[in-house]
This record gives sequence, C-alpha cells and structure tokens, in this order.
Amino acid sequence: MLAVDSLTKRFQGLVAVNQASLTVPAGSITGLIGPNGAGKTTLFGMISGFLAPSEGRVLFEGQDVTGEAPHLRARRGIARTFQIVQPFAGLTVAENIAVGAYLRHPRRADAVAKAREVGTRVGLGDQLDKPAADLTVAGRKRLEVARALATEPRLLLLDEVLAGLNPSEIRDILPVVRAIRDGGVTILMIEHIMQAVMTLCEEVYVLAEGRMVASGPPRQVCADPQVIEAYLGKGAAARMTAQGSTSDEVAHA
Amino acid sequence: MNARDLLPLGIALALLAALPFLGLSGSVLNFLVTTLIIALAGLGWNVLGGFGGQYSFGHAAFFGTGAYATAVLQLKFGWNAWGALAAGIGLGTLVGLAIGYLSFRAGLRGSYFALVTLAFAEVFRILANTADITGGAAGLLLKLQPGFATLQFSDRRVFYLLVLAFVGLALLASRWLERSRFGAHLIAVRENEEAARALGVDALSVKLRAIALSAAITAAAGGLYVQYFLYLDAGVAYGTWISVEALLAPIVGGIGTAFGPLVGALALQGLGEVTKHLAGGIPGVDLVVFGACLIAVIAFAPQGLLGLRVARRRRAAAGA
Amino acid sequence: MYAPQILIEAALNGLMTGAVYALIALGLTLVYGVLHIINFAHGALLTVAMFAVWGAFALFHVDPYLAMLGIVPLMFGAGYALQRFVIGPASHGSDNNVLLVTLGLSIVLENALLALFRSDTRALDSDAALQVVELGPLLLSTPRLIGFVAALAVTGLLWLLLERTDTGRAIRAVAREKLGARLVGIEVDHVYAVTFGLGCACLAVAACLLMPTYYVNPRSGAAFVLVAFTIVVLGGMGSIAGALVGGLVIGVVESFSGLLLGDSLGQIGIFLIFILVLLVRPTGLFGARA
Repeated sequence: MLAVDSLTKRFQGLVAVNQASLTVPAGSITGLIGPNGAGKTTLFGMISGFLAPSEGRVLFEGQDVTGEAPHLRARRGIARTFQIVQPFAGLTVAENIAVGAYLRHPRRADAVAKAREVGTRVGLGDQLDKPAADLTVAGRKRLEVARALATEPRLLLLDEVLAGLNPSEIRDILPVVRAIRDGGVTILMIEHIMQAVMTLCEEVYVLAEGRMVASGPPRQVCADPQVIEAYLGKGAAARMTAQGSTSDEVAHA
Repeated sequence: MNARDLLPLGIALALLAALPFLGLSGSVLNFLVTTLIIALAGLGWNVLGGFGGQYSFGHAAFFGTGAYATAVLQLKFGWNAWGALAAGIGLGTLVGLAIGYLSFRAGLRGSYFALVTLAFAEVFRILANTADITGGAAGLLLKLQPGFATLQFSDRRVFYLLVLAFVGLALLASRWLERSRFGAHLIAVRENEEAARALGVDALSVKLRAIALSAAITAAAGGLYVQYFLYLDAGVAYGTWISVEALLAPIVGGIGTAFGPLVGALALQGLGEVTKHLAGGIPGVDLVVFGACLIAVIAFAPQGLLGLRVARRRRAAAGA
Repeated sequence: MYAPQILIEAALNGLMTGAVYALIALGLTLVYGVLHIINFAHGALLTVAMFAVWGAFALFHVDPYLAMLGIVPLMFGAGYALQRFVIGPASHGSDNNVLLVTLGLSIVLENALLALFRSDTRALDSDAALQVVELGPLLLSTPRLIGFVAALAVTGLLWLLLERTDTGRAIRAVAREKLGARLVGIEVDHVYAVTFGLGCACLAVAACLLMPTYYVNPRSGAAFVLVAFTIVVLGGMGSIAGALVGGLVIGVVESFSGLLLGDSLGQIGIFLIFILVLLVRPTGLFGARA
C-alpha cells in the first residue's frame, strides 16, 4: 500500500531523516517507534506531503506521490493526525468531523450525516454538538482520529494518538484503532507506548537518529541489541545481557 | 440551505425595506444609505476576515477600484451605468485575486497580511491621486442625470432599495458560507491551516476564492457609493477610512457571522451620528468613539454585539 | 542628469532623514522583537510626542532639545501604562487582537488630537531651522545634522542598555523564551511594558529631533508609520542593526526617488519596496526569525 524508498530530509546542516525506507502492507497496522528526536514526525511529514524530502520517493499504491501537495494525497486516500491536537475551535465536534467528511461528500446533509456516524464510531456519540474547544485531551485525540477517518482514507497515519492519555483512556481507545483497521483502513502509527505497539502492530520499524535501525514483528524488534542501544545508549544491550535482563524492560521504557 | 436558515434573513430585509416608507427625512435616508453601503463593505471584509481569519487592513483597494471603475467607465468611455458597476465589481474581484495570489503564495498571514494589504491600498491611493484618468487630486464628478440607465434616481428611496438588494445578496452569500462545504473549508483554514490541508482542503485555493468573493462585495459597495454621491477622489476611494469602517462593522457586530456586519454598521453609524450631534462641530469625536468601541469589543465582547445575545441566551439556558 | 553636488546632497539629506526614521523604526522593531506584536499605534504615538514638543515650545518656550528631558520619561511612562493596562489585558494573548487593539488606539489618539487641535499644521516658530553648516562645497542643515548624530547616539545607547544592563538581559531573555524567563522569576508583563515604554521613548526622542525642521498635524505620524514598517520589514523584524541600516537605506531611497519622481510618486518607491520585501523575503535582510 505504502512504500517509502530511502527518504532523506536535511534541514540546513542537520540530517533529520537519513535514507529511511519502509513498507506498509495493505490491511496491516504497522508501527514506527524510536527515541525522541529520531525523526519520526519528520518522516510522517514527508509521507503526508507537508515536508518535501531532500532525497528519496514516496509510493502510494504503486504511484509516485513524492511531489504531491497534502490535500491531493488526502484525496488519494492518505489521512494523518497530528501529535499536537488542535481542533477547529469555532466549530462543534460534529462540524469539525464534517470538514473531513466534505472531502467525499460535497453536500452538507451527507457530510454531516457521515460526520455523526464517524463520530459515534470513535466514541464521541454523546458529545457531537459540544463546542470542540470543550473536549478533554482524550476527547480531542478521538476527534483528531475521527476527522481523519471522515475523509474515508485507505491509509491512516496516526502520530502519537495515545500520548498524554491515562492507562484507562488508552485501554478504551485501543479497540477503536483495531476496529478502524478491521473496517479496511491500513494504519501506520508512531507510538511511544510500547504496550500498545506490542498489542496492535504486526510489524514495527525503529528509527534512531534518522536511520532505520531495525524492523520486524514487535517481540523480535524489542530484543534487537541495536534497538536497545538506540533507546538506552551504547553498550546497554551488553550490560543487560550480562545482568540477565530480558527485553521486557525495554518494553516498559 | 433550507427555509429555516433563510427566515431571519427575509425578516431583516423586509423590515429594512419598509423603513424608507415611514416618512423619513432626506438626511435620515442619506444616513441609511451610507450605513448600508458601509455594511456592504463590511460584509465583504467579513468573508475574508471573519470566516477566513485573514485580517485585511486594505479593503479600500477593492472599494476604490469598484468606485473608480464605475465612474471612469461612464465618464471616459461612455458606458452605461449598470455595465460600469458590473465591470467595477469584476475589476475589484481581479484586484482581490491579484493581491491574494501574491500574498497567500508568499505565505503571508496575520500582521504581515494586514500590512501588505494596507500598503497595496496606499499604492492605489497615490496612483489615483496622480493619474489623469482618475482625475488626479481634483477627483471625478458624475453628471447629475436621473434615469434608469444612469443608475440615478430622483427618489432616494429607490436607491436605498437597490443598495438593500445588494446587502441582501451579500447576506445570502454569508449565510451560504455558514451552511456549505466552502464555508466549512474556509473556517477550517482559519482555525488551523495545516490540519485543514491534511483533511484534503486546498488552502491556497480556498483563500483565493474567499478574497475574490470578499473583494467583489466590497467593490460593489464602492460602485454604489459613487453612484449615490456622484463624487470621488483618491482619499475617499482608497483612503484608510473605508478600510477601517469595513473591518469595524463586522468586528463590532459579530465577526464571522452573517448578520454581524449589518448590525455593527447600524450600531456604529448610529452611535457616530449621536456623538456628532452631542459634540457639535468638533471633528473626529465620532472616530474617537469608534476606536474606543473597537478596543472595548475586543477586550470585553470578542464575539461582538451578536455574541452578547448568544452568551445571554446560553447563560439563561444554563440557569434554567 | 544631475550635478554630482546635488546627488551628494540628496544622499546626505537622505542619510540624515534616514537616521531619524531609523529611530522611529527602532521603537517598532524593539516591541516586535520582544512582544512579537506589531504596534499599529506607533505612528499615532509619534504624533502625540510631536504635539508635546510643539506644546512645550509654544506655551513655555522650551527648546525642543531641552524638552527631551521631560518628554522622553513621559512617553516612557505612557507606553508602559498602555501596554500594561490596555493593550496587554484587552488582547487576550492573540496577535490578531493586538493588531486590532493598537489600530483602535491609533484611531482614538489621532482623532482626539484632531478634536483638540483641528487639522491645522503647526511648526515651531524658530529660526533654528534655517541654520546651516558648511562642509566644503556642501551646505547641511544644522538641526538635521544634530538629528543624525543624536539618532545614532540613541541607537548606541539602546544597544548598550540591552547588552549591558540587567533590564536589558531580562528583555532579551523574554524575547528568546517567554516561558523560560517566567520560570526563572522574570516578571514578563513588567518586561513587556518596559519594552513598550522604551519603544515610546524612542518616539519621544525622534519627535524632539524632528520638530525643529518639521511640522505636526494629527495625521503626521501616519506618514511616518508606513515608512517605519517598511524599514522594520526591510531590516528584519526585531533586529536593531537592521532597523538602523534599513532606516538609512530608506532615507536615501526616498531622497533620490523624490528627486527623480517628485514627492508624491516618490512615496510609491517606499511602498513598493515594502510590498516586495514582504512578498519575497519576509524575514528581511537581517532577520533570522521566520
């Protein structure tokens, strides 16, 4: 569905993403993890069209979309959420979602109906007519997902939708994410909460200092010494093996 | 849009249409025509500034272009007044598109956009003040020639109704913004351009269409202004006064609402008349009041006069 | 073509006017650099200061240069109070609101002056304006030369204040990182108001330097404000060196375009520079911040 081919992004002297490649098979939930500052959000920016890569290509369903503007990619079926959620403040929850729904439903009545349906699906059913500014953080995260979902994407890019939520809120939202995939939407998600990555993702990519250092099923990736070093510093893997620790500790990092 | 969306609009227009037949004096009619023209300019500003969040300090550029084109095409090219007015609206729209294309392409927003629009308006003012075709500093005088083709009416009430018809169209357009995909896109771009683009909104195109509509409405106000007063110079057409009036009306009335500019223009112009009356012949006092109103509204009633009503209703509902 | 002497004189005149422009722009750029707001009332505040200079002279025969001692602190206080008690609280932290509040303020000030003094133009009734200094074959107006030197001196002083004093360090800290400054105990609202006061103090100095050769009416400041905006944009929003260089450049450009195109069209040159810089390089020639 999505193939990222040796993407590089340089900001003046700094190389934020360096020759990163990944593929997201249709129907999967794929994770993208890595320590803070690894370049995950930059990579997302290039996939969704907000940042122009210095080198490399982005292929969506076999077509090269590298130079395409974000709104054109949205029309193709790529939707994304933002790490920092910012609802359209002047609008109600339903109207917020309708902005996304208008992409496939030009008529107001259809767009609003679609928006209410999507809103209910992500668990905002009883808050649809509230001003979006009144939502809690957890509500805003759901709204962010609902807005993106309302564009009826085939690929959904989730940027840390779980960050800032408490454990019970996370527990509540995990089935929502899974249900989206079961509804036929492929998902690529950036996530810090390892527990969630372990339960949701079939395949995980690890980005560290701009480079893709590992990929594979979550269990396997977590045991990878390179990944442990990326998170905990040089020599950490060796120390941990010496102490007889398992990758479980990393999973909680 | 359905009948319920249009009902308040119909009632407001019917009431305003009945006004001149209550035996008002000529000076009151003059006041009403001026107020409606300012409301129209404000309705134009509100499309871009209110719904779109792009605050222009230079709507005089569109007002003046509409006014000058309407006058010049009649005086120097012998056009029929209706055609000249239509062309004025068209030219104003083009100026809007040009300014919008240059500024939005360059990514200007906020203060930068306000300043660049102001500078454009000033360039137009200086040019109009020196060019021959605009009559230079002496300005232009339309010949008094009442008649349908010349768009001048010996009965002021007819002109009042004509301006009201334009206000009605602009209100309809604003109502449509509140109820349509384009309006939702515009508001989304105002609130968060990046998020809107991620949802498939072509932000540049949305802003360009908004400034075109905005400029067209304000240009119509300019064309009507010169048809009514039959005189124009650079200070009137491209002066800061109209840029300021065009933004004051919606902000005081209720920014980003269909009726805000109309309510704001009526309230401000009414207040201005009262102040002028109380202050005798002292110049500038009405504008001191306007400036103070602007500050007070932003400090205490960011949603304008209409917002006060909504806030009270909400409080009442919460109390019940 | 023009004789070299005329061109040199035009250039020198431009530099001398430009230095005072730079001073006006300095106040604007300082406020922008720290508060990140555009003070639309800057021109109207300049008019107020110019009227104060005129009033001091007309009523009490105070020499305009001497008047600086009183008007500069007064304008500083007025600026401090305006930011602390009007602009700050009224704007609820939104940049668009600041723009509108300061626009409202400029409308109030300009028209209050209009109501008080009518639209008549007033100048200092003094022959100091006509004194000249001979510099080889060139004749330079004494008050404008004083203006030039004093404007440069004030720019230097302001720079010293920002670099070498605790107040200056607090201002720079707030400009860099508002939250961080608050965390280390800097009272941000106070620093904002002080900065705004300093901006107004610059205007007071400019008014005292301008009045001996210039005139004032309620719209005088408006003529300067767009020029000042142009300078600030050209020099880079928030850059002091940029304001100085930008002011001098604009002074010379205006002087030459006035010579070549006449006064009213000459103004267009400035607006076109303004628009072009905004469209092509909004960070200005010296600006680093996006």
